[in-house]
Amino acid sequence: MNLYAIRAIYSYEMARTFRTLMQSIASPVIATSLYFVVFGAAIGSRMTEIDGIPYGAFIIPGLIMLLLLNESISNASFGIYMPRFTGTIYEVLSAPVSPAEMVIGYVGAAATKSVILGLLVLLTARLFVAYEIQHPVFMLGFLVLTAVNFSLFGFIIGIWAEGFEKLQIIPMMIIMPLTFLGGTFYSITMLPPLWQTVTLFNPVVYLISGFRWSFYGTSDVPVGISLVMSLLFLGLCLVVLRWIFKTGYKLKP
Amino acid sequence: MPPVIQLTDLSKHYESGFQALKGVNLTINKGEIFALLGPNGAGKTTLIGIVCGLVKASGGTVLVDGHDNVRDYRAARSRIGLVPQELACDMFETVLATVNLSRGLFGKPRNNVLVEQLLRDLSLWDKRNETTNSLSGGMKRRLMIAKALAHEPDILFLDEPTAGVDVSLRQNMWEMVRRLRERGVTIILTTHYIEEAEEMADRIGVINQGEIILVDNKQALMDRLGTKQLSISLQHPLSALPEALQGFNLNLKDEGLTLVYSFDHQQEQTGIAELLKALAREGLEFRDLHSSQSSLEEIFVDLVQGENGTAGSAS
Ligand SMILES: Nc1ncnc2c1ncn2[C@@H]1O[C@H](COP(=O)(O)OP(=O)(O)O)[C@@H](O)[C@H]1O
Ligand SMILES: [Mg+2]
Repeated sequence: MNLYAIRAIYSYEMARTFRTLMQSIASPVIATSLYFVVFGAAIGSRMTEIDGIPYGAFIIPGLIMLLLLNESISNASFGIYMPRFTGTIYEVLSAPVSPAEMVIGYVGAAATKSVILGLLVLLTARLFVAYEIQHPVFMLGFLVLTAVNFSLFGFIIGIWAEGFEKLQIIPMMIIMPLTFLGGTFYSITMLPPLWQTVTLFNPVVYLISGFRWSFYGTSDVPVGISLVMSLLFLGLCLVVLRWIFKTGYKLKP
Repeated sequence: MPPVIQLTDLSKHYESGFQALKGVNLTINKGEIFALLGPNGAGKTTLIGIVCGLVKASGGTVLVDGHDNVRDYRAARSRIGLVPQELACDMFETVLATVNLSRGLFGKPRNNVLVEQLLRDLSLWDKRNETTNSLSGGMKRRLMIAKALAHEPDILFLDEPTAGVDVSLRQNMWEMVRRLRERGVTIILTTHYIEEAEEMADRIGVINQGEIILVDNKQALMDRLGTKQLSISLQHPLSALPEALQGFNLNLKDEGLTLVYSFDHQQEQTGIAELLKALAREGLEFRDLHSSQSSLEEIFVDLVQGENGTAGSAS
């Protein structure tokens, strides 16, 4: 195990994060605060409770998942796309670094950043609404798992993408709609029966539902299923990465 | 000298179907400066890429210090430093941060003393806290060298190190290469300038169209390739070569305004003195003299002709 290499990649990436700390933190915190103002205050005044939870508190887990997905994907995809784009990736590829070490360094840094941001937004939310966390350990574990999952996913996108547009297209075209339709702002039990079934094909539903369970003990789908789905996604990403490094896909001609 | 790199039957087909290397066998000895000489597209960068793990070989093996570079890639790669052909820097990182990253990637703990010395040697110490996008092209090239040397490799690859580098920097670079060699580092450099290979290398390998055409000690090779040309610009054009000059290996060019004399510069007697005397006797006035080495292309034609015994099959 080349621990120095993991540490070198990780701290290099974290330094990049901290150098742009203000943008990194400010924009998601502001965006999430706006969600609270618009959805929490405006809609919340008409729709006071869902499943016995005040509306402002109800949307917190979903908003944090939304942030976590976006941040993880964009940090990790950017983190590996940039060296490919500038050519500096030659150095990692010619170093005595295994694929696993490389992934741990890059994905670890991306996931760390999104976890930090997720927790910051959670603190910010406290300014707007009082919420409780019934299962804090599960909450933290699920937060980290989701950050890792989507950082892996972002890493794959960063290897696949050939231009900045492609880097944006999956988060914009797939992740955004899925998160908005994934029960951030409503409970899926509020939908007509047909749409409830359709919604179950949206993987983000399981994330938000499981995360909300850790806060309020209620969920749209059983929390065990949320966990299983997350682990399946993790496995899928690892299989794809294994294939990428085995074939040298877009990394080694 | 023991071999430090051994390539056996190395071949590369790119996905486009193009065959960039055709069964290359090559041995690099410990501590030598080896120049890989060949025109653009010959396969030099591909060969380096395979040795360093950036390109997958289609066939054959690479041994680095006895370690297979695929099965035992950690041992193989940790001995090698690479300065690639293209300048690639993380624009927003400082010089110091990128050099420290390089060292870490190769599994070495931080060493501030060593890194300081390295940056001083390469005249980059004053720039250590500046971001790499503020560096000039020559500084970036030196930074790439610093990164390659940060983990104290035994083997250094320099892929076209002087492309776009000015003369004084080139001299500094060659001095540094010689110092490294004195410390026992093996250096493999690629170039398409024969003068460069001649100036620097102990041994030269000539590569063309994915094949190593020959490998030889510099001196032996220069003897084989040592044709030079002397161009004489005449004051007044000649319609034909005068009788008295027929004995020399001369050609008339530029509508009779230039005489081109081909000679072997390794010989004791180049014949230049005799030629100039003959010109004076004939009363031919000239404006300028200019001598040049055979171009690499001409050398390839010679080499391939020499091997096949046929003419005109070089390209
Ligand atoms: N990734 C690639 N895909 C297809 N062909 C390539 C690739 N890289 C290089 N080549 C081709 O292989 C040949 C050798 O290239 P290269 O090794 O870069 O030569 P050199 O360094 O001697 O100029 C060239 O014809 C080049 O076009
Ligand atoms: Mg090249």
